[in-house]
Amino acid sequence: MEPLMNIDRLSTVFFTEDGKVTAVDEVSFSIREGETVCIVGESGCGKSVTAMSIMGLVEEPGGKISGGSIDFRGEDLLRLDKNTLRSIRGNEIAMIFQEPMSSLNPVMRIGEQIMEPLLVHLRMNKKQARARAIELITQVGISRPEQIMGSYPHELSGGMLQRIMIAIAISCGPKLLIADEPTTALDVTIQAQILDLLRGFKENSGMSILLITHDLGVVAEMADYVIVMYSGQIVEEGGVVELFQNPKHPYTRGLLKSKPVMGQRLEELYSIPGQVPSPLALEPSCYFHDRCGHCMDVCRTRQPQLQETGSGQKVACWLYEEAEVYV
Amino acid sequence: MSTYLTKRMLYMLIILFAASLLIFCLYALTPGDFITGNIKLTAERKAELREIYGLNKPVLERYGTWMNNAFHGDFGYSLAQQKPVLQLFGDYIWNSFLLAAVSTFLTWLIAVIIGVISAYKQYSWFDTLVMIAIFAAMSLPSFFIGLFLIKILAVDLKWLPPGGMMTTGSNATGFAYFKEVVHHMTLPVIVMTLLGLGSLTRYFRSNMIDVLKQDYIRTARAKGLKERKVLFTHALRNALLPAITLVGFELPALFGGSIIIEQIFNWPGIGQLYMKSFGLRDYPLLMGFTMFLAILTVIGTLLSDILYRVADPRVRL
Repeated sequence: MEPLMNIDRLSTVFFTEDGKVTAVDEVSFSIREGETVCIVGESGCGKSVTAMSIMGLVEEPGGKISGGSIDFRGEDLLRLDKNTLRSIRGNEIAMIFQEPMSSLNPVMRIGEQIMEPLLVHLRMNKKQARARAIELITQVGISRPEQIMGSYPHELSGGMLQRIMIAIAISCGPKLLIADEPTTALDVTIQAQILDLLRGFKENSGMSILLITHDLGVVAEMADYVIVMYSGQIVEEGGVVELFQNPKHPYTRGLLKSKPVMGQRLEELYSIPGQVPSPLALEPSCYFHDRCGHCMDVCRTRQPQLQETGSGQKVACWLYEEAEVYV
Repeated sequence: MSTYLTKRMLYMLIILFAASLLIFCLYALTPGDFITGNIKLTAERKAELREIYGLNKPVLERYGTWMNNAFHGDFGYSLAQQKPVLQLFGDYIWNSFLLAAVSTFLTWLIAVIIGVISAYKQYSWFDTLVMIAIFAAMSLPSFFIGLFLIKILAVDLKWLPPGGMMTTGSNATGFAYFKEVVHHMTLPVIVMTLLGLGSLTRYFRSNMIDVLKQDYIRTARAKGLKERKVLFTHALRNALLPAITLVGFELPALFGGSIIIEQIFNWPGIGQLYMKSFGLRDYPLLMGFTMFLAILTVIGTLLSDILYRVADPRVRL
């Protein structure tokens, strides 16, 4: 399959009062057509910022994409002018967010909000857009679409609002849908419904999904390819089956170990010791070294590079560097 | 909605009753009255006049008379002007309203535009400049700006008249009259707009900054909408909502006149009449005017509540 998007050494920095923070540090990966790529990691590892960088929604002057390229169907999104980028955003690349309750404008009717991208990108007239919006509401599994068109966000539940967000996102038939923790704010039963809905649209339309989550259950259910991020960097990536069966990086192993398993009774669930390092005080080292059970001297002073390990997996860990002999 | 309105009307009546009692007592119990200050009158004549005006009766009885008349649409009779209070209001209030309406409109319009732009470009040189200018305008007292502008624009440059509503001795009519009034009101309107602009711009700026951080603004951008549409359709509507509270307060301000500005620019408005009546202890007029402001305030708050209902679908009455 052809890569739809190729991200090469993308770096995004934020300027805070305490100094410059590199939220995304030379991240490279690609998304193929029809593929679901999941980015996993803890809060603050840079997964959402990666998504916002792709959308071109990192706000200056607070933050800035400081390097790299985002190649989308032969064009570098970072070099496009604002108007061209805007015509791609919401059209060929769409996004849904974590908090459906606050992601819709409270004083605008649902219908109006669904119709907006149709009017802007597909140049429909009001009547066509209205008919299409009603169709979209039905497609995301909400009954009484006419009534929903005239409702305000506060009149709907979180699950319904996320469905509306999906309707808005898929309205223009995007090639890539970025979903930033789309189920985190919803209850478990609704989560499954939303994921089913996303999978259904993906299968019907052949769009790719970039799913950002910290929920490994969601990853197992949705992903074709998994990227594990830690402190703004990719520490491991690979196909979902390989990665779950044979995790290489100690962090990935820790994540998988801390996932509750159905039917297994434990006194206490495993958790990775320590905390994410402050992004302000990072020095050349493996950023995971002080939480790692396999920490070696080299881990404290030099940064491991992402390396192929065979079987299509890549890992950034000194344990797998061939140059360093490890017995 | 209708139960709410009925309840609200009832509260309004209670509030106005309490206000009327307070206002009446304040003026009636202040030592001295319209007759005290007149040194030309003998003690017998003073007693006679008090008898005629009913000032020798007990306070509660006087309040009863005042209220009874007010219910019949008679807000009393100005002792100094020898005219009914309501007629005087009619003569003066519209002059004040003219100044207030134009300057309020300009203040809101400019404040919204500058507020939105400086929120959008927060911490830019434009924003910094605007904030400095606003603090300067807010820190200067009205009488200073007023006199300063009279000195520059009227006395030195002679562009605008220093005061009044018409040129002395003018009997212009029609369009000439209109032009003359506009010419005369320019200076006071500039000063009033300058004075009101500061706080309102800061208010809109901070509302807008809050709104721009909201998730739905991010959604609007993610949809690929034009930045103008994001700002003026999605953000501004939400940023204007809290300002509805201010609309309620603008109502008495529109008709209440401005004591200081009208004094400086010798504008024949209700503020000046009010000030003059204070010196003369013309209590019927003062009471009537204060009561009038109380009524406008109560109506203003009701109006802003109803406006909330219209503008924000989340509000239920």
